[in-house]
Amino acid sequence: MSNDLSPKERMAIERVHMPELPADERSKNFEEVNQGLTPEQAVAEAQRCLQCKSRNCVAGCPVGVSIPEFIDALASDDLPRAAQVLRGDNALPAVCGRVCPQETQCEALCVRGKKGDAVAIGYLERYVADWAMQHPEGLIAIEAPEPTGKSVAVVGCGPAGLTAAGELARQGHKVTIFEALHDTGGVLRYGIPEFRLPKEIIDREVAVLSRMGVTIECNVIIGKTLTIPQLRSEFDAVFIANGAGLPTMLNIMGENLKGVYAANEFLTRVNLMEAGRRADSSTPILQRDEVAVIGGGNTAMDCVRTARRLGAKRAMIVYRRSETEMPARVEEIKHAKEEGVEFIMLTAPIAIVPTEDGWVSALRCQKMELGPADDSGRRRPQAIEGSEFDLPAGIVINAVGTSANPLLTATAPDLTLNKWGNIVADEEGETSIPGVFAGGDIVRGGATVILAMGDGKRAAAAIDKYLKR
Amino acid sequence: MFEVVSNEILAENLHKMVLVAPRIARARKAGQFVMVRLAQGEERIPLTIGDADPEAGTITLFIQAIGASTRKIVDTPVGGSIRDVAGPLGKETHITNWGRVACVGGGVGTAVLFPLVKALAEAGNEITTIIGGRSSRYVILADELGALSKNLLITTEDGSLGSKGFVTGPLGEMIADPACAPKAVFAVGPVPMMKAVANMTREPGIETIVSLNPIMIDGTGMCGGCRVQVGSETKFACVDGPEFDAHLVDFDGLSDRLTSYRKEEAQRHAATDCKIAKEVAK
Repeated sequence: MSNDLSPKERMAIERVHMPELPADERSKNFEEVNQGLTPEQAVAEAQRCLQCKSRNCVAGCPVGVSIPEFIDALASDDLPRAAQVLRGDNALPAVCGRVCPQETQCEALCVRGKKGDAVAIGYLERYVADWAMQHPEGLIAIEAPEPTGKSVAVVGCGPAGLTAAGELARQGHKVTIFEALHDTGGVLRYGIPEFRLPKEIIDREVAVLSRMGVTIECNVIIGKTLTIPQLRSEFDAVFIANGAGLPTMLNIMGENLKGVYAANEFLTRVNLMEAGRRADSSTPILQRDEVAVIGGGNTAMDCVRTARRLGAKRAMIVYRRSETEMPARVEEIKHAKEEGVEFIMLTAPIAIVPTEDGWVSALRCQKMELGPADDSGRRRPQAIEGSEFDLPAGIVINAVGTSANPLLTATAPDLTLNKWGNIVADEEGETSIPGVFAGGDIVRGGATVILAMGDGKRAAAAIDKYLKR
Repeated sequence: MFEVVSNEILAENLHKMVLVAPRIARARKAGQFVMVRLAQGEERIPLTIGDADPEAGTITLFIQAIGASTRKIVDTPVGGSIRDVAGPLGKETHITNWGRVACVGGGVGTAVLFPLVKALAEAGNEITTIIGGRSSRYVILADELGALSKNLLITTEDGSLGSKGFVTGPLGEMIADPACAPKAVFAVGPVPMMKAVANMTREPGIETIVSLNPIMIDGTGMCGGCRVQVGSETKFACVDGPEFDAHLVDFDGLSDRLTSYRKEEAQRHAATDCKIAKEVAK
């Protein structure tokens, strides 16, 4: 295939549509919704890229993937080279190709998006990453680096930790990841449902790290099993990426009733513990006809779509602003709607109404209207007097966010924290303790997979510099 | 993998299991727990660390096998192994020398009480331990606790051992007598028992600590499943507890949340029992 197209010819190609499972079918199972591009679709989409000089897309990517280069290789049907470029910049391309909010990052800055549709960079990344997983023999072998004799402990096996581990191993440092849960991936495994990110993808990405010599120890809780001072004495450097932590409570009446879940508990039961997925799973989960999910982010979308798949007849998103302000990815909102999820906008919960025997019976709500913008730049919702109403619900899921987990920081008194309990780190991720770096949600509060990965990548570069001093 | 080095039956459905877990054995303090998962696909279960031997690198767990998952855990033979044991989790017990303390244990709660009594004894407290159960078959660790306590009082509901009645009987007598009234009370056991103890010590203003056992998934604060109302605040038992001021705990709320999966559990039990019955019938 040729990539010698004129700009005019490139401009004439229309943006690809990702093949998806039909909504009525997929809303009953956990199969991946997006089916991936065909080879023809992938190459044609890659040829839409104008290979412009400005490379805005790269500037929009928190890990700085060499986007024009990998797309150019794909457009020329040179998949080994495309994979090589991608792997060089991104430790988890198959994950990013699935869960990154491309429409607000790389694709938002694509020149083609100014007039018409941006290049589907995310779909192409996924295509190349999946090809690489299926064709290990086609890849140029990564040469084992010369060992530096230095060791690094990484706390947390989520996106920031995995990224940092990959980068550091590539520099020849001996890396050990400590994970508190019994399996790898952090939020990628317990938080993101399989219909968005199959577990097999995580397993394969983690396997690549293992082949690079990274050791992963599960069931080790830093702050409890071992402390930061202990790690600091045993390793030459430490990277803390232990995630966000505690669910933020709603502080409304009835939030401890039976049938009220924090998003992480609901998702963990299903994703990590396989509840409701197999008849013989030993972890129970409640299944009800009416499920109300409070919040408008990706976590809320994951909860509501999971509830639908577990059999909810009415699966509802309750959000206090309007759809325009929702932080969830556009694609997740679209998929949720197709799957029959109801969006109840400009509505805030004010109490959870119990049955006589302590179960949830309804979510008491109040209608809102949007006032002037607040500190977050979004228009502040204001209650409309006398607009209270009860939304019948057998399960209520709180997906409004998380706050810093004190478990690690409580046993590391030298670590400077901000007023929210997050670790204070400089631009390169270095904390108040020399040789101890931090990144991801424990530094920035609840954010996205790709921002955490960006932190991991930056911190790894800084750690490498620190170790070579 | 965590190897099982001993597994003995202390009472009906109650096992004492010793596991190889060197890091946990070194790090643990009284009052802390571990999250245990037998194998791939199984549930994560919180279990109190009953004791530890840092030199041998072992921890001791007391496990009441009442649910499908705990039954499978106690079925692990010596030499076998448990896939996941994570900890120690939770805050350690605040131990000080109060002088006279009462330690009250009911059923399997007695096992949870054991590390507390040990730590309190080491801190020089004068301990009266009151333990109870439905019958003599459910009274555990009497010798071990007796050795650490100034007084050991036993109650059983059927009178088959010690005095007939509940643990609250002897505790009430202690509180009523100014010469024996405890400065602090530790109570671990079924929720109604802890609630009753809290109600007895509230009026005289005796500091009372209970160890709670809510439903828990990850044990590190991430999921929020173990929340309990303590005073005016919602607390997470895994990171803020598991021990709390008994006078502030909403025991009714805790008790209610513990029944969340009763229906689902019953269905799973039925499935397991059915299989066993079928095997026997063959």
